[in-house]
Amino acid sequence: MRHIISLLLENEPGALSRVAGLFSARAYNIESLSVAPTEDETASRMTLVTSGSDEIIEQITKQLNKLIDVVKLLDITGDAHVEREIMLVKVRVAGSAREEVKRIADIFRGRILDVTQSTYIIEVTGDGTKLDAFINSLDRSAIMEVVRSGLLAIGRGEKGLRL
Amino acid sequence: MELSGSQILMQFLKDEGVEYLFGYPGGAVLHIYDEIYAQDDVKHILVRHEQGATHMADGYARATGKPGVVLVTSGPGATNAVTGIATAHMDSVPLVVITGQVPTHAIGSDAFQEVDCVGITRPCVKHNFLVKDVRELADTLKKAFYVATTGRPGPVVVDIPKDVTRPDLKIPYEYPGTVAMRSYNPVMRGHPGQIRKALDLILSAKRPMIYTGGGVVLDDAADALVKFTRILGYPITNTLMGLGAYPGTDPQFIGMLGMHGTYEANMAMHHCDVLIGIGARFDDRVVGDVNKFCPEARIVHIDVDPASISKTVKVHVPIVGSVGKVLGEINGMLEGSNRRPDGQALAEWWERIHRWKSIDCLAYTPSDTLIKPQSVVEKLYEATGGDAYVTSDVGQHQMWAAQFYPFDKPRRWINSGGLGTMGFGMPAALGVQLAWPDAQVACITGEGSIIMCIQELSTAKQYDLPIKIVNLNNRYLGMVRQWQEFMYENRESHSYLDSLPDFAALAESFGHVGMTIDKPADVEGALREAFAMKDRLVFMDFITDPAENVYPMMMAGKGHNEMVLSEQTRQRELA
Repeated sequence: MRHIISLLLENEPGALSRVAGLFSARAYNIESLSVAPTEDETASRMTLVTSGSDEIIEQITKQLNKLIDVVKLLDITGDAHVEREIMLVKVRVAGSAREEVKRIADIFRGRILDVTQSTYIIEVTGDGTKLDAFINSLDRSAIMEVVRSGLLAIGRGEKGLRL
Repeated sequence: MELSGSQILMQFLKDEGVEYLFGYPGGAVLHIYDEIYAQDDVKHILVRHEQGATHMADGYARATGKPGVVLVTSGPGATNAVTGIATAHMDSVPLVVITGQVPTHAIGSDAFQEVDCVGITRPCVKHNFLVKDVRELADTLKKAFYVATTGRPGPVVVDIPKDVTRPDLKIPYEYPGTVAMRSYNPVMRGHPGQIRKALDLILSAKRPMIYTGGGVVLDDAADALVKFTRILGYPITNTLMGLGAYPGTDPQFIGMLGMHGTYEANMAMHHCDVLIGIGARFDDRVVGDVNKFCPEARIVHIDVDPASISKTVKVHVPIVGSVGKVLGEINGMLEGSNRRPDGQALAEWWERIHRWKSIDCLAYTPSDTLIKPQSVVEKLYEATGGDAYVTSDVGQHQMWAAQFYPFDKPRRWINSGGLGTMGFGMPAALGVQLAWPDAQVACITGEGSIIMCIQELSTAKQYDLPIKIVNLNNRYLGMVRQWQEFMYENRESHSYLDSLPDFAALAESFGHVGMTIDKPADVEGALREAFAMKDRLVFMDFITDPAENVYPMMMAGKGHNEMVLSEQTRQRELA
């Protein structure tokens, strides 16, 4: 089953490679991983999407907790939470396709960030399935580049992951 | 006090109470070596290879419970130390390994003797640090010792670039007496509710089994374990790493378990209804086939490392905490009440265990012409009064040492159980001898293993370390040959060691005493003679029966009730 694990890490060089190294050393899956500093510059917040049986997920959380640089960890899969991912897509657009692509972007509440004579850069946010759906609605041969942030997630309400 | 980085390091080690520094100099650590030269508080032991330094520090740490400290240079110095670091990591031994690094401005430029030491060691340390600023040095060292020695212990690497130790840059130094880390707070006290649940389950057992590992030794919890086991009257088995935590000569001890454990220990594991795992990690050599493991048992597991709980085998009552503290609480509850186990059921259980024991699974066929390796270990036990520190390497001799030298005290049996590092035994013995100069220290080894770190005979000479080396020389990589016999139709692919040296002469060339013993009648005399030479290292090269196998054996993928027995034991079992 897919799990979303949120971590607060010491903002130290090497903290990211400790997490990534753990997953490769123990042959766990990583579907996506995103990390950046928080409002407290001594800590980084990581959102990690993985999958496995209950036993494997239990081991993953225990092994992550064992890393000295991991300050706190929460598997937010089972709790009410908000998921978002941001995607930038560069598409080749010419002639009538310009209108068509803009119309699709509007349907997905996408924003066109850059326009040239032959290309658009479109920003779309949402959960993973929405981004997949957007990609699928475009003409594949027109897609020049796709950049995705990996999933970000945060628990709803009072419950949360804080220092 | 204003000190340079090198001075801070040496002053810190002194303040931390470090006795020995096992090391080898090189370019990146020359500033530090200049300070070592200027002081006498921390004694430096000059090894012959960095792997030897880590194993010596490891032996010292296992024999004392204090952290072993290593100093090596950058590049090859660090990579040579990696095997020893990984060895300590697998067996949870507290080490602090200080590695030199190229100057901060040169990091990443592929400089001479540069490796990414923090990157290379990351998967085989408890934690590691790169110190980029001399102002962080003292605090980082304190953190390193704190992390290495607390919770589930392990090795910590501190990588120090050369410019951090330069003599001309001095800063104020004060010994950091305490350390606080928001991200590292090992749980030591067990959860009271879980402890009560565990006690209920433990007392409800009809066919109980206590199974303990290296965690009991590491936590100095042997006394608490003995009390616990004696109050209950339950049978107990130890893992290879746990031997000595419960007295090996006590009638409640039914031998080691696992791949080369005793028949009675493995059968009792298979048939028990309550298993009490303490400071053990259900490793594959102990468990065998997970699906066949303790099929009838409800399992209690006490361990300081939550990640060890339910990692391979799902347990019913987990308790995270220091095994010594948790056992202390359970003992207190047992002593404070008259709740006791079912005596009738326990007596019947012991009767079954004694029947399993009666097949005498470790029996071997004696010989007048060939030295049986098992007999050498038995005679070593007699010659040392059962009170030696015994280190071993890896292979058949290691198993025979574990089977035939019962340890009555913890920290007496020192071997590379997890990583299985050949070459560990002799340098580890040197570390033990440094820690306990008056103790009898023996290294049981084989001709394959001893060669892997043989250069440390030179270190032994320099520091007059009178260990006794018991080389069980069967001219084979014995355990490899045994597996080839059992699983590869006897095809002895590269398991015969041709062109071996004359070990006695080799030892003598290093300035030690060498003996070659090839007759069974001479074994006892040689051992007595060797141990009478209290101030000399004696290398005893025993030419042993090359065909001998380690029995009994639980093959990979089998259960505890499916052991392969020796021919003579099989006949007794059938009878």
